[in-house]
Amino acid sequence: MSILIMDNYIYILISRQGKVRLTKWYSPYAQKERSKHTSLILHAMYRLYVNSVELFCNFVEWRGYKVVYKRYASLYFCMCIDQEDNELEVLDIIHHYAEILWELQESSKKTVARIISAQDQLVEVAKEETTSISNIIAQATK
Amino acid sequence: MEQLKTIGRELAMGSQGGFGQSKEFLDLVKSIGEARSKAEEDRIVLSEIDILKRRLLEPDIPKRKMKEYIIRLVYIEMLGHDASFGYIHAVKMTHDDNLLLKRTGYLAVTLFLNEDHDLIILIVNTIQKDLRSDNYLVVCAALNAICRLINEETIPAVLPQVVELLNHQKEAVRKKAIMALHRFHRKSPSSVSHLITNFRKRLCDNDPGVMGATLCPLFDLISEDVNSYKDLVSSFVSILKQVTERRLPKSYDYHQMPAPFIQIKLLKIMALLGSGDKNASEIMSMVLGDLFRKCDSSTNIGNAILYECIRCISCILPNPKLLEAAADAISKFLKSDSHNLKYMGIDGLGRLIKISPDIAEQHQLAVIDCLEDPDDTLKRKTFELLYKMTKSSNVEVIVDRMIDYMISINDNHYKTEIASRCVELAEQFAPSNQWFIQIMNKVFEHAGDLVNIKVAHNLMRLIAEGFGEDDDDADSKLRLSAVESYLQLISEPKLPSLFLQVISWVLGEYGTADGKYSASYISGKLCDVADAYSSDETVKGYAVSALMKIYAFEIASGRKVDVLPECQSLIEELLASHSTDLQQRAYELQALLALDARAVESILPLDASCEDIEVDKDLSFLNGYIQQAIESGAQPYISERERSGMFETTDYHPQDHHEVPSHALRFEAYELPKPSGPPQASNELVPVPEPSYYSESHQPISTSLVSERESSEIKLRLDGVKQKWGRPSYQSTTSASSTTQQAGTPTHSDAGVGSSSSKPRSSYEPKKPEIDPEKQRLAASLFGGSSSRTDKKSSSGGHKPAKGTVNKPAAVPKENQTPVQPPPDLLDLGEPTDTTVTAMDPFKELEGLMDSSSQDGGSSDVMGLYSDAAPVTTTTSVDSLLSELSDSSKGNPRTYQSQTSKGPNTKEALEKDALVRQMGVNPTSQNPTLFKDLLG
Repeated sequence: MSILIMDNYIYILISRQGKVRLTKWYSPYAQKERSKHTSLILHAMYRLYVNSVELFCNFVEWRGYKVVYKRYASLYFCMCIDQEDNELEVLDIIHHYAEILWELQESSKKTVARIISAQDQLVEVAKEETTSISNIIAQATK
Repeated sequence: MEQLKTIGRELAMGSQGGFGQSKEFLDLVKSIGEARSKAEEDRIVLSEIDILKRRLLEPDIPKRKMKEYIIRLVYIEMLGHDASFGYIHAVKMTHDDNLLLKRTGYLAVTLFLNEDHDLIILIVNTIQKDLRSDNYLVVCAALNAICRLINEETIPAVLPQVVELLNHQKEAVRKKAIMALHRFHRKSPSSVSHLITNFRKRLCDNDPGVMGATLCPLFDLISEDVNSYKDLVSSFVSILKQVTERRLPKSYDYHQMPAPFIQIKLLKIMALLGSGDKNASEIMSMVLGDLFRKCDSSTNIGNAILYECIRCISCILPNPKLLEAAADAISKFLKSDSHNLKYMGIDGLGRLIKISPDIAEQHQLAVIDCLEDPDDTLKRKTFELLYKMTKSSNVEVIVDRMIDYMISINDNHYKTEIASRCVELAEQFAPSNQWFIQIMNKVFEHAGDLVNIKVAHNLMRLIAEGFGEDDDDADSKLRLSAVESYLQLISEPKLPSLFLQVISWVLGEYGTADGKYSASYISGKLCDVADAYSSDETVKGYAVSALMKIYAFEIASGRKVDVLPECQSLIEELLASHSTDLQQRAYELQALLALDARAVESILPLDASCEDIEVDKDLSFLNGYIQQAIESGAQPYISERERSGMFETTDYHPQDHHEVPSHALRFEAYELPKPSGPPQASNELVPVPEPSYYSESHQPISTSLVSERESSEIKLRLDGVKQKWGRPSYQSTTSASSTTQQAGTPTHSDAGVGSSSSKPRSSYEPKKPEIDPEKQRLAASLFGGSSSRTDKKSSSGGHKPAKGTVNKPAAVPKENQTPVQPPPDLLDLGEPTDTTVTAMDPFKELEGLMDSSSQDGGSSDVMGLYSDAAPVTTTTSVDSLLSELSDSSKGNPRTYQSQTSKGPNTKEALEKDALVRQMGVNPTSQNPTLFKDLLG
């Protein structure tokens, strides 16, 4: 699975109470700009939230911002994108992201054990490779 | 993404307790999750910061413990607090040999630090070392950090190694190396300009992931310089073809769609390459056609690809078959129940309509539905579409709709946008001047404070100039209708200032013009305006000037003028006004009332606002006056150059020595006030060194008694303040006087624009109403102009009024339809289309590469190992929603140059004024200094 680099994007998670839970900036912004952008995006989302519409577009255009959002449970996943971006694609990027989060949220012990063992295996594989390569080097330099 | 995964994984591990996450940490996460308020959350985090600060000071912290602390620091930072006290520990952790610890360290530093942070220098060394590591996971971690932490200065330190890694045996490393190079290109294109061929090479990498990663930098490069990459067109097309033929490994599928994100990127690149290039467009047409057939429109991502195809087709040279396919896709979008798809359909329609204007016609009802949808986003998008498809046949309906919508919304930002669009469309397509004025009135009434002041000037100019033809009758009808509509509107409470200015000006110029309204009626209305908006000086100024014109016209036509009592009291009030501008106007008005008909007529001739102003730059009309002055002992004018030559070595600034009456700096007193005017203390003798008073220096004087002794005295006095009186003041006056002509009244200076914008208006044709149901009627009027089919439909109709508020029945024009819109000019044919062919074609093997990669495809994807390099920072902050809710309405206070009153010598000044008016100059509100200059 590959997702291409995105840029100039701003990613924000907002709870239904209007609390910002997570922001991600895909371009460097100064702190001041960040809070400005955040509050403007929140404003855009808030207008939408007040109208509390489920059937409407998942896109909001407001003061030059284009926000694509999707609601999962009580969280709004919002992504601020460029004017020329493909909104439907972004919607799927959000969805994919949420899917991955979901995977991580998995609380059953079995899954967690599986993730951990996969992680362990990776480390082991890496270690083995390191040692085997160093063995090869050692042999070669003998 | 990977960061989150890691965080999540850490948390998941924590909940297991197996990896030594302490109960403390778990309790922290839990208590923050349960926090009821921001304050409570802050308290918890602050105490956590205290704990960590203490813990980190302890000696010999076990590594596992340290890892937990660092994750807790990440948590603190994530919640918007400062964890900088612990950054150094994260940096240290990147040095660790243990892979897990190292990766945790890298994760933490990429989140904590930015590229300009002081600690970066400590990391560069580690990164260099790790890039050489045998363990590709270590290399990946280092490359990830490079994307985030390397700045322009440190690029050279890692660049050679990154380039080397482009040939690494692991595809994950190659991909990350490409991403790092892309990042470098973004940061400093010059640093990697010699490495751009690497992107081309990697495009034919065996691994689709690496190939996909190169698309991003190539997209950037191609948008900068299309022509250098024309040779890649067939490569991109063949990649897209292979992707759609499912020749990529299954792991690249997303919702049963083969590598959709790669497809979309490829389509974006093809749109760039195909634009205006016949050859490229032809190569693409096949695969685009296939895409339309194959695309699964039942999933969101399938529709995303379809939409991208539509966009691509709208960019490349038009191809009838593809356009048809795109139109079909759009109609599917529009017919869908999903608002998202409708939105995309409207957007696609807006793109295609430029190429084939007929396309909208079959979707008229769907568009109308979207227009009436309660969803604001969809509605706005539809208005955007309507804006794009406006022509003279449907402008009335569209602008009416827009204005209704404009009235209904509260958001000033969007209101401004809609208002300016209404104005633009009305100016471009207005079928008649009457209609134009009505639309303008509505715009001003509802969004007057938001529109550009130029719009007001345009409107006044239109009313003044009329049709631009010599049809005086029509012109006066137009003016009468304007006056009538304004007299109706004027009593409305709370009109925007700009609108009142227009109203006042029009009533002043044309209120009494055809004798329908009496002077006292109009002047009464004007006084009401000045009273009701007493805090708005600009409006008052316009009102007083309008009064002056009304009375001047009365006097000039020989009628007896009865100044209304309220008008008299207004004048008296303004005579003592703090605003010198208003004061001057009041004095002028008062003086004018005392003049005889002949003088008044030459001051304010009837309907002369359009007369050309000839500005006599040489001021030759003053020659006699100067002669007289010189004869009576004044010094002759010495030009600036001569003076600067003379005074080069002295301290005096040349500007201080103007001696010619017209532009001189004079500091002697006015002559004694005449008994008629109110006593006015003249403080001209003391040059007050305040910049705000500088315009005074050009205060014209009424006598030419300049003695040498006096002027030399002034020179001495000026020594200390010469900077304040320097060159700029002189220049600013001349420039101000030239802008005045444009700003104040609509005069000839803007005429060129006006006549061009009013051209289409004459093409107005009467329209016939019809009886179709409301929506169809609206649709027909929106789309009708474009096809004969609708023409038939509408002409078969009978009579039915269109809409209460619409001033003309909505229908289609019957005949002689000439599309005003210019033919679509999509093809930038001016662009050179020759492609540069590289000597060696590295893409020969391209056809086969996907096959080979699919054979060993299974091993290529371990999501957890490499991440997308993009994420920059993670923070949280909770902002109050409400704090931003109040729109700050923009006030636009006009500042006037402050100046002292002109003095009581009004009669003489007015006679001068008359002289100037004979030269064709009108008084304006904006810049009284013009007159001071000319009157000197």
